Amino acid sequence: MTSEFLLEMQGISKSFPGVQANKDINFNLRRGEVHALLGENGAGKTTLMKILFGLYKPDGGEIRLKGEKVEINSPEEAIRQGIGMVHQHFMLIPPFTVLENIILGAEPRKSLGRLDQAKAVKKINSLSQQLGLKVELDTKIENVTVGMQQRVEILKALYREAEVLILDEPTSVLTPQEAEDLGEIIRELAAGGKGVVFITHKLKEVMKFADRITVIRGGRVVDSVNSSETDIQTLAEMMVGRKVFLEMKKGPCRPGKVILQTKNLKVVDNRRLPAVKRVNLQVRAGEILAVAGVDGNGQSELIEALTGLRPVAGGQILLEGQEINYANPRRILEKGVGHIPEDRQKRGLVLDFSIQENLLLELYRTPQFCRAGFLRKEQSLTYAENLIEEFDIRTPGPGIKASSLSGGNQQKVIIAREIRRDPQLLIVAQPTRGLDVGAIEFVHKQLISARDLGKAILLFSLELDEILSLADRIVVIYEGEIVGNLAREEATEEKLGLMMTGGLLAEREAVNDG
Amino acid sequence: MGEDLKKDLFKDYGQKLFFPLVALFISLFAGGLLIAWLGENPYIAFRHLFQGALGSATNFGETLVYTTPLLLTGLSIALSFRCGLFNIGAEGQYIMGMMGAAWVGSIFTGLPAWLHIPLTMGAGILSGCLWGVVPGVFKAKYGAHEVILTIMMNYIALHFTGYLVNYILLAPPGYLPATRVINASAKLTRLLPPSRANTGFFVAIICLVMVYIFLWKTKWGFEIRAVGLNQEAARYAGINVTKNIVLAMALSGGLAGLAGALQVQGIQYRFNDLFAFTGYGFDGIAVSLLGNNHPAGIILSAFLFGSLNCGALQMQSVAGIPKDLIGIMQAVIVFFISADYLLRKKLEQPLGEEINVRRGSAGQEVAK
Ligand SMILES: Nc1ncnc2c1ncn2[C@@H]1O[C@H](COP(=O)(O)OP(=O)(O)O)[C@@H](O)[C@H]1O
Ligand SMILES: [Mg+2]
Repeated sequence: MTSEFLLEMQGISKSFPGVQANKDINFNLRRGEVHALLGENGAGKTTLMKILFGLYKPDGGEIRLKGEKVEINSPEEAIRQGIGMVHQHFMLIPPFTVLENIILGAEPRKSLGRLDQAKAVKKINSLSQQLGLKVELDTKIENVTVGMQQRVEILKALYREAEVLILDEPTSVLTPQEAEDLGEIIRELAAGGKGVVFITHKLKEVMKFADRITVIRGGRVVDSVNSSETDIQTLAEMMVGRKVFLEMKKGPCRPGKVILQTKNLKVVDNRRLPAVKRVNLQVRAGEILAVAGVDGNGQSELIEALTGLRPVAGGQILLEGQEINYANPRRILEKGVGHIPEDRQKRGLVLDFSIQENLLLELYRTPQFCRAGFLRKEQSLTYAENLIEEFDIRTPGPGIKASSLSGGNQQKVIIAREIRRDPQLLIVAQPTRGLDVGAIEFVHKQLISARDLGKAILLFSLELDEILSLADRIVVIYEGEIVGNLAREEATEEKLGLMMTGGLLAEREAVNDG
Repeated sequence: MGEDLKKDLFKDYGQKLFFPLVALFISLFAGGLLIAWLGENPYIAFRHLFQGALGSATNFGETLVYTTPLLLTGLSIALSFRCGLFNIGAEGQYIMGMMGAAWVGSIFTGLPAWLHIPLTMGAGILSGCLWGVVPGVFKAKYGAHEVILTIMMNYIALHFTGYLVNYILLAPPGYLPATRVINASAKLTRLLPPSRANTGFFVAIICLVMVYIFLWKTKWGFEIRAVGLNQEAARYAGINVTKNIVLAMALSGGLAGLAGALQVQGIQYRFNDLFAFTGYGFDGIAVSLLGNNHPAGIILSAFLFGSLNCGALQMQSVAGIPKDLIGIMQAVIVFFISADYLLRKKLEQPLGEEINVRRGSAGQEVAK
């Protein structure tokens, strides 16, 4: 009996000690289809796919491939059955070349067990041509971008003749442009007759790339729908289980006095090349100024200069009219500058510290929490407990290590810490990177309420959606220069996109020349 | 919730103790096999080992003699570890501490003991401190690697003190390559005679408590630990990374230096030319690792190593089993402990996802 489906999973259940990760899940996949598995962090998406890939044994349920019941007990068997998986964390060997990584464990042999490299190269080239994937086979993995590594992973699966390709949160590590490219590749794969399972918690992508969407929440399927018959708002509600506000409602902006001002600010990067050139910014109390731009156009250097983590190469930074050019993070933060850093695990948190210690990372030395050099236990604990409650940080207690929190809760720790320090200026970078819908909503709410309390907020984001929904004013940074300055009402996604890639600049120069 | 938390904590302690105990057990077993292979009776060997270490008040006292320097060098290493540094230089700092104490202990005469004893200890601490600060500054300011630097500092200490004792501070008439004996006012009180145990042991214990309080109860300790766990985040939070690296190396050196001073003031009373490294600094690394870089753990591990070293002497002299065997057993313990560290590093990866998958793709059964 042949089946309409390439793959069917029926009644799959799986529990871990204390968690029911999957409960009675039905999931199927057609040939030539991109099927998105959508759910918040911890919903059970990865678990379901690991069952399919033979990494976990289900407690119950059955799997059918092309109508036939199969048991998959190991990844080797899964691969033999035509299932390929690209994991959330890549499984590549950095010092090996792209080619070596692709064929590792499935090397074509000539007589006497010699490696038939020519055959492998031929096969890979034909695969990558079909998909329009560009890969340099002789480059070492450690020297290629994350986007490229992902393509290598995909090729690795295709090289093993996968018919079902599982991609676990493939876009969470990519820049928006790379994500766009990946979408193309996925569509191409489906057009070639493969079945693609696309795991994500990002709604926009789902609508763009998927044919069908299965939403899971708390280990159960909420529903399976065709993407043409649904919309983002509905999906968000299915995913979170309550009404969510994707567009933040916010009151009118009432800008006060100028808090932060930069005058012809220049900053150099690690190679001592100019990264920020003659930047002039003004942020007022009670407004959110967003800096839009493609990654790597000087945003990181600008943030580091403003927060004292990197010396200023020229120009001035003024906080309420006072120069704060000194590269001294401590003095700057004590002047009332809060900073929600771009990389929360590398810079925002000491992961092996407890939540309490992380909440006090900048305050432990103040008289409120420290007397004669000794930390004040009671005060610290009370403070931490209050913040945990106020900012709804989900943890068994303040003594738990920050590393054991989910991404969203880690971000809450940072936000709680920075906002409760009551800064006049808050510098915020990529505040929702990697977070799911519910957590994004929370972060946005906090930023808006900080604005309404009269804080000046300087927001850096790569996500245009985020900028458009939060900003009162927008500037665009391109190659270290501010190339545009718009009121929120003037800004559209197209306009910003053009400016971010230097388009407007070229246009303007053309006008000047002519 | 509260119950779960308690369970987690206990699981944590259990885990912390589990591996060291297993390591100890395995190394005893391996030692036993080795003894049998040498044609001796393991039971008799272990009985002498045990008796030699703890069999009488005197033997216990001698065990304390071996334990005391390990407590401090172990603590020294642990403190540097907590700041993310690997101070291999405890050996050199220990040697400098001995020399500093031998000098100050002998040049001042007529001082009251209440002044001379701390002064002499202070000299040891300061010498060790200096030997720690130099590599600390190079590390913090120029990013030089502290492991290389401290190894070099060890050799400088060994040969520099060799020069001092043979040419500058040689005790007349000069038959022995040693400094003058320190004055009675700098000597520590002996306990449990005829063993050489002395009040230096209590000094070490006090240091242990002080380091614990310093690291976990003061803002300076908070900073050192933050720097040790994540320099980038520490800098972000306004903590001066350079200053803390130098401070940690200074304190680490001071502790090792104090170990040397106590050895002179309590046991040797002078500095004898060393010819080779004493090993106390290097053993400190093992003690610290085995003790999980925590003062409470270090008490246990230093005592274990001290007992083994002390018991080994009787095992050798009475049962005729070479005491190097104990060195081998200690090495086995360290070997297993470091294996445990590697393992735990992997297990602690967020989500534990990667390791599962790796195991899985090696074709093993992952799910129960
Ligand atoms: N190996 C495991 N051991 C114990 N619990 C696990 C394991 N893997 C996942 N879980 C738990 O199962 C639930 C679902 O996890 P997962 O499938 O990774 O979610 P998602 O991929 O949707 O974010 C979570 O609560 C998670 O903590
Ligand atoms: Mg997942």
